Parts: sequence; C-alpha cells; structure tokens
Amino acid sequence: MTAIALAAGVLPAGAGTRVFAAEEFHAPGLGLFKWEPLFNIGPIGVTKPMVLAVILSGLLIAIFWAAFRRPQIVPQGIQNVAELGYLFIRDDIARNIIGKKGDKYVPLLFSLFFFIWFFNLSSVIPFAQFPVTSRFGYPAVLAAIVYVTWVGVGIRTHGLGGFFRAQIPTGLPKAIYPLIIPIEYASNLIVRPFTHSVRLFANMFAGHLLIALFAITTWHFIVQNPTVLGFGVGIIGAVMTVVMTAFELLIQALQAFIFTLLAASYIGGALEESH
Amino acid sequence: MSVLAEVTGSIGSVGYGLAAIGPGIGIGIVFGLGVQAIARQPEAYNLIFRNMILGFAFAEALALIGLVMPFVYGT
Repeated sequence: MTAIALAAGVLPAGAGTRVFAAEEFHAPGLGLFKWEPLFNIGPIGVTKPMVLAVILSGLLIAIFWAAFRRPQIVPQGIQNVAELGYLFIRDDIARNIIGKKGDKYVPLLFSLFFFIWFFNLSSVIPFAQFPVTSRFGYPAVLAAIVYVTWVGVGIRTHGLGGFFRAQIPTGLPKAIYPLIIPIEYASNLIVRPFTHSVRLFANMFAGHLLIALFAITTWHFIVQNPTVLGFGVGIIGAVMTVVMTAFELLIQALQAFIFTLLAASYIGGALEESH
Repeated sequence: MSVLAEVTGSIGSVGYGLAAIGPGIGIGIVFGLGVQAIARQPEAYNLIFRNMILGFAFAEALALIGLVMPFVYGT
C-alpha cells in the first residue's frame, strides 16, 4: 500500500528518506502529516490536504447536484441513495435530538455529516490516502461554525441574559452554586468547541498513524529487510493493515455521525427552555 | 537544584497510558449499562443507542486529548 503511495509521489516529502531508506525499522511519526507545498498561489503554498479538500468538496457537490437537480416524485437511481441520506439526517439526528424545530437545521447537519464523512474517507481512497480532517484546521473551522450557530441560536431564543442564565442548572442547593457556575461556563463555552474539534481530529490522526504503522511494518519486514524470523511479523502487519483499514471505515462514519449528533445536541440545548 | 532522579525515554507514551485509564473505565461503564438497558427494554433501542454514542463520545474525548498532548508538548 505504502509502496504504491511512494511510487505515485503522494507520501509526505520527509517520509521517503526517513521511512524507506533506513535499514533499521522506524515507526512513522509526525512526518506523515507534514506536507511540502505542491505549488504556490501567491503567498499561499497549496499542499496535498488542500487539493484533496477541493476535489472531495467538488465530488460531494456533483453527487448531490446529480441527485437533486431534477427531483422525481418516484425517486430513481442516485436520488434514492441521496434521499436515504437525507432521511437519516432528518429523522435520526435533527428530529430525534432537536425535536420539531429541528427541520430548520437539517441543511447544516446534512452538509456537516457528508462533508466530514468524505474528508475522513480520503484516508482509505487509493492515491489520496490521507484523511483531510487529520489536519487540525479543518475540524477547527467546522467546530467554529457549529459554535457560532448554537450560541447565536441560544441568544436569539433567550436573549443575551437569558442565554447565560440558561447555562446554569436550577434547583440545586444554594451552597453549590459558587462551584457549579464557573464549571458550567468553562465546560460549555470554552472547552466544548475545543473537544468538539479535537475529537474528530485526533481520531483521524490516530487512525492514519495506525494504518501507516502496520503498512510500514509489512514493507520493512517483507520487502526491505526480509529475514526468516521477521517474515511472520510482516505477515501479521499485512493482515493488520487490512483489518485496521476496515476498522477505520467504521470509525470514519462513526466520527462523522458523532460530530453531527453533538452539533445537533448543542443546537437543541440552546433552543430548549431553561432547565 | 540538583537532580536526584530522572526519567528519560518516551514519557509521552507513559503519559498516554495514564490518560487512557479514565476514559477506558468510562467507556466500559457507558456501553455496559447501555447494553443492560437495551436488554431490559429492547423497544427503546434507538433512544438508548443514541445516548450511548453521546456518552461514549464525551468519555472518548479525554483519551484523545491525551493522545494529542504529547505531540504538542513533547519536544
């Protein structure tokens, strides 16, 4: 897998010399995530994740454009699949978590889910083989969009004072409030966007590292430095690469789902009457 | 101040091991109780599963922060 990636010139610049030329085994590290610019547009160096992001966004737009350009009453072909996705977001996420008011937020949740899922999927697409979301900028911006949305929704629903009051649970013993007020504000307004983005980022980061580790193990023990004893390790590495790729497919869909679910639950919490 | 004892090597890995204990217990509790709840009331599967995933995500975040921090402060 990595051999093909190296041949196609899609591995990071440092990886070639660092991982493949050395005789002893080197585990992959941060070098996997550092990309030299492919070309420059003005002062901005365009790297592979950026190119992938543009291609995948274009693909996403093309798919749903084809599905919903001329919608039929009896859906056929790609419209069927796209409607399944739409129904999943509307019924399983928006209506279940937010409630009746949720329909208004389906476009946002729908875009978030498929955007993130496609960005994650690029981890296992041959020649792409890099999850765009494992660069922190992408999840950070997505989490920022969700943050601005739910804070805005909360302020519009309750007013500025009401929004800040709604963060504090009522009906607790008076003595506990000095403790609970700073904790609630810190966890809701400061830590929440941070964990929201780090959860997605770190999952993709760790997953990519894991697949790369097993792929490089295979490469090292079977191709680069074959020994009788090491051959078995190489076989295990090859099997684990396949298993981990399948596992990653699950994690990618799950993380996109969790990100969207949390976005919905934040918006739903902001819409709720104060608790 | 003189150094009396020093730990060297990949401390980040040790740190991550420690950081994974809490979330590991947490995720175990979330899924354990979730499965129990589904066994008691199978018709509420959808509701329970969704909340299970939410609880899992909150607990998992701590382990993931533990995973990222050695890279941030490691060198």
